[in-house]
Amino acid sequence: MTKTDTMVKELVDKYGNKRESLLPILQGVYDIEHFVSDEAMVSIARNLDLSSADVYGKSTFYSFLDTVPRGKFVIRVCKTIVCDMHDKNQIVDTLENILKIKVGETTLNRKFSLLYTNCLGWCHKGPAMLVNDDVYTNLTPESIREIITDYKNRD
Amino acid sequence: MESIKNIISVKINGIDVSIEKGTTILEAARKINVRIPTLCHHEDLCVAGNCRVCVVEVEGAKNLTASCAAPCEQNMVIKTNTPKVRSARKDLIALLVSEHNTQCTTCYRSTNCELQALASEYNVDNNTYLSVLKSGLQVDRSSWSIEKDDSKCVRCQRCVRTCAELQHVNAITVAHKGKDMKISTFMDLPMNEVVCVNCGQCIIHCPTGALTERRYFDNIWEAIGDEKKHVVINTAPSVRVAIGEMLGYPPGAHVTGKMVAALKKIGFDSVLDTNYTADLTIVEEGTELLGRLKSKIKDEDDSVALPMITSCSPGWVKFIEHMYPEHLGHLSTCKSPQQMFGALAKTYYAEKIGVKPENIVSVAAMPCAAKKFEANRPEMKSSGYQDIDAGLTTREIGHMIKQAGIDFSEISDSDFDSIMGDSTGAAVIFGATGGVMEAALRTAYELITGRDVPFDRLNIEPVRGLEGIKHAAVKLENCLEAYSFLEGVELRVAVAHGLKNARIIMDQIKDGTSPYHFIEIMACPGGCIGGGGQPIPTNDKVRMERIKAIYQEDSDCKLRKSHENPEIKQIYDEFLKDGPLGHKSHKLLHTHYTKRNRY
Repeated sequence: MTKTDTMVKELVDKYGNKRESLLPILQGVYDIEHFVSDEAMVSIARNLDLSSADVYGKSTFYSFLDTVPRGKFVIRVCKTIVCDMHDKNQIVDTLENILKIKVGETTLNRKFSLLYTNCLGWCHKGPAMLVNDDVYTNLTPESIREIITDYKNRD
Repeated sequence: MESIKNIISVKINGIDVSIEKGTTILEAARKINVRIPTLCHHEDLCVAGNCRVCVVEVEGAKNLTASCAAPCEQNMVIKTNTPKVRSARKDLIALLVSEHNTQCTTCYRSTNCELQALASEYNVDNNTYLSVLKSGLQVDRSSWSIEKDDSKCVRCQRCVRTCAELQHVNAITVAHKGKDMKISTFMDLPMNEVVCVNCGQCIIHCPTGALTERRYFDNIWEAIGDEKKHVVINTAPSVRVAIGEMLGYPPGAHVTGKMVAALKKIGFDSVLDTNYTADLTIVEEGTELLGRLKSKIKDEDDSVALPMITSCSPGWVKFIEHMYPEHLGHLSTCKSPQQMFGALAKTYYAEKIGVKPENIVSVAAMPCAAKKFEANRPEMKSSGYQDIDAGLTTREIGHMIKQAGIDFSEISDSDFDSIMGDSTGAAVIFGATGGVMEAALRTAYELITGRDVPFDRLNIEPVRGLEGIKHAAVKLENCLEAYSFLEGVELRVAVAHGLKNARIIMDQIKDGTSPYHFIEIMACPGGCIGGGGQPIPTNDKVRMERIKAIYQEDSDCKLRKSHENPEIKQIYDEFLKDGPLGHKSHKLLHTHYTKRNRY
């Protein structure tokens, strides 16, 4: 068994092999590998007896699943109108400068990915962003530097 | 009492309608001949309700209602043709058009496109909305059978529902969301690299030109124009009962003679009949079945796989290769009639007419998209050449007849050429689900007992019709001496059509609970008459008309048993020599299968 097969098998043992187990398994794969590879999708299809196209369809539907490799920390900057008016562009410029990547890209060491997201519901404290599941608000170029430095020092 | 309780009444455009509870507004309107336009709706498929073209006004409702998805409620008052409804539909259609590649003049589905018809009916102005057609979309022509053009896709998902519900293949799926949503294969791979069986059901369920068959008729025109080439065409049984629909006739019209005449006019050097090799298939496959029964029952050889399953349908063959590769032993080794024809066209036929096989171009007119892939299988070269050069669909043949400027309604009937043009009623019914089984039983029963199969006028009714899985059992009594081992055996058979039903049959085999000796499976719902290469639209009403025409052709035949075909006797005497399953048959008429990946 390949490493991927073993990982998927463990998730299937945990969540079951019914169709309704698909989402938790996909989330499990994402948590471990920070994306859902084609190899993982085929392995899931085999375990759940679904077509691999079916698994691909579900994987591409959800914003918090991804079929291209992402960093360990995924930064999602709110692109919606209120954050935009609060100078979201300055935040994005700062992030691009610090991380040396453009929006949509991942750092070479696969530590950070920089993406846009739709409204996070923090309009009153914009600009806002997510780093994985944590929300950061009232962002300024200075606070961004601190936040990123903090993440850089984490494993 | 119960049934009365389940009847409700509604008012549609001022007319009272009584319908059963659960009936949708669309169905209720159809009952009183009120036509509501639809796009994502198809009779064969589950409700989707995503295109909204079928909206109607329901009194008391805040918004317009999608009539295909909304069940009627007691005393509902419905209006299907108000200014509000018409304006909403016009907007919806205009929005669909705004993301559509509107180069209708160069589209294969032009004049047979549901979006084009709606846009025309609602007089949609192309300038209402800016075009948001994505640029850089490539047409996927990787498959031998199916062409996928996303620029013409309206994202109604009829193809996805077809592939999932009718065929249980799921080769295509809905990927991404919102404006990025698209119909995709796994990882957006080319169609020839994914688990697709080429059945083409997605094509006949597609409302536009997004999914079409790969067309090869231009190559055939070239061959016809080449003096040195001898171009021969064989026409499948189900093409003759459907080709009329391409040329202005109603479904089920009898146009066999006209079709043959038109093909001769087009310039085919010889117009022959796939029915001939259908008869040959029955003789070979019947012998194979009897051989397997003997090995299993008399010689108690457990290595022989029973039930035996037919192998005429290339969509079904690729399905089992992908989905049940460990059970390929159940498939008959017989090639399909198309491929038997191809192998003989460049050997036996070439010899007979004195033409070098390299100068023969062998074309098949088929109701099928998968036949294109089958013709290009690497193993299908037993004549030393590619046995079938091109498989054309009924639709392509219809186009060729139009391109040739032939007035189909005026043309007089013509007969198939010879040799390899004679056939029996048993062959023509290959086109309908259950037909191969019926033909096989007519021959096998007589071989075993020396008597006619015990059904009224040879019509084996239990295997006819559109039920998904059909069964029959025939008790074998007073068997001839050679088959005494079958004395008292109840021969149990099943027929399945649509790969959803094939899966049920195969799961029984997998579990070891299959009670049958012989099974016919066709990939497409209704069998070949509902094939992926047939005229569009195809639905159950159309399928029934085509089936009726097939059985009519059968009962009009003088000879109705494959083994009575005089040209079949002739080929065994003159060419194949040592009988069915003999050395030469084995080389030319039988094949092997390939295990393929399932996921």
